[in-house]
Amino acid sequence: MKTNMLLFLLLSLSFSKLYAQDDLMNLLEEEKDKFSKKKNFATATFKTTRLMNGHTVENVAAGVLDVKISHRFGMLNRGGYELFGLDQASMRMGLDYGISKRLMIGIGRSTYQKQYDAFGKFKIIRQSSGGSWPSPVSVSAVTTVMLKTLKWEDPKRQNFYTSRLSFAHQLIIARKFSEGLSLQLMPSFVHDNLANTVSEPNDIFALGIGGRIKLSKRLSFNAEYYHVLPISFVEGENYRINGTKNSLAVGFDIETGGHVFQLHFTNSTGMTEKTFITETTGDFFKGDIHFGFNISRVFTIKKRKKNK
Amino acid sequence: MKKIIFALLSILPVIAADAQSIYITKTGSVTFHSRSTVEKVEAENNEVSSVLNTQNGEMVFAILLKSFHFDRALMEEHFNENYVESNKFPKSTFKGKITNLADINLTRDGTYTTSVEGDMNLHGITKRIKTMGSLTIKSGKVQVNATFTIKLADFNITIPALVEDKISEQIDITVDCRYDKKN
Repeated sequence: MKTNMLLFLLLSLSFSKLYAQDDLMNLLEEEKDKFSKKKNFATATFKTTRLMNGHTVENVAAGVLDVKISHRFGMLNRGGYELFGLDQASMRMGLDYGISKRLMIGIGRSTYQKQYDAFGKFKIIRQSSGGSWPSPVSVSAVTTVMLKTLKWEDPKRQNFYTSRLSFAHQLIIARKFSEGLSLQLMPSFVHDNLANTVSEPNDIFALGIGGRIKLSKRLSFNAEYYHVLPISFVEGENYRINGTKNSLAVGFDIETGGHVFQLHFTNSTGMTEKTFITETTGDFFKGDIHFGFNISRVFTIKKRKKNK
Repeated sequence: MKKIIFALLSILPVIAADAQSIYITKTGSVTFHSRSTVEKVEAENNEVSSVLNTQNGEMVFAILLKSFHFDRALMEEHFNENYVESNKFPKSTFKGKITNLADINLTRDGTYTTSVEGDMNLHGITKRIKTMGSLTIKSGKVQVNATFTIKLADFNITIPALVEDKISEQIDITVDCRYDKKN
């Protein structure tokens, strides 16, 4: 009987321990696992929707307006007389708006070639882990229409309105490797309705690569490079515009609450896809470098519905 | 053999009593706001899991930080990226105990004042929290409400100088959980 009582005591002790706190926690875990195999999406692959010149894989959130003001000063190698380029500036003002979680649109006006531009950007795939169909990368598609409104070079000849138009289509494939490192590839295609000369192409292909390394929570180092690809479908036509170089930009993102400041150095003058991918003439390594900045300020226009 | 059966039988009521006293929720609500006049920082999480053992007053909470939702998308991003670092520390937990269980009559409907004490873990740091709250019993269901204040610095969450006037160092947390009996 003695051993029996002992057995009883031991057993009841072990059972009454069943719901001690750590066990309560385990119970919680089990319940949670049962009901929510949550998919975890990668967020903030980049701090803002532009890397420097071109797009990142990021969208502005639904109902958010992003006011972007971008400057590119003159070239550094112009010397002290022009205060290393600060005497001149090329600028773009833009408004971006998030229509839904996946779709954003934007418009802009650049001083360079007096261009107007409009774009739509759609998130096709979001990088995720867990759940069904996890994806190692995010993929977005961007289409931009650009309209030059400079006066016709030769008003006497017959000029068509459509000759002012250019189009750029980009696929952005990005991966956030870690908190500190994100990389993206940007296969791009630019079409100009009117080429400058017969030997120059209307269609230009390029592959962009870009990325960021976070130096601190609110500061990151970025690089962006577009390589024009030697692809030409028309015989006797060059694959790139004469005298142009590949676009390169390096710089920093500084984030302060609702603002993102981007400071960078680039050999491109313009800030629209056709301009920096296909019309960059500066040679980065000969000092044809523009100091530039983008300022982004977001405003929440439509508040989000709380999920109930 | 008889003895073993006797032993097993005698512990059965113990197990039964334990299962009876476990209450659980997966849809509890935790909201917080920062007491600053410049900008309203407020977020709500409606996917809070919690288990309450009414027999000994023990309670645990597990909160996925990514499930806090803000009015402003950017605030939510910054909350996760810069403040609580939810990739590194995805969860906040609370393990505690109702210390005045004797004052609560679990068999009768009504609202009782409770005092709760326990360890809160956030951002990799555990801190002892003491607060008053209420426990409501209504037709076999239990509701727990509590409000308390934490200091961000206690959890090693720093506010950059640039936004210091926009985000308060003191954060008010409100808990509202309705439990069902675990089957």
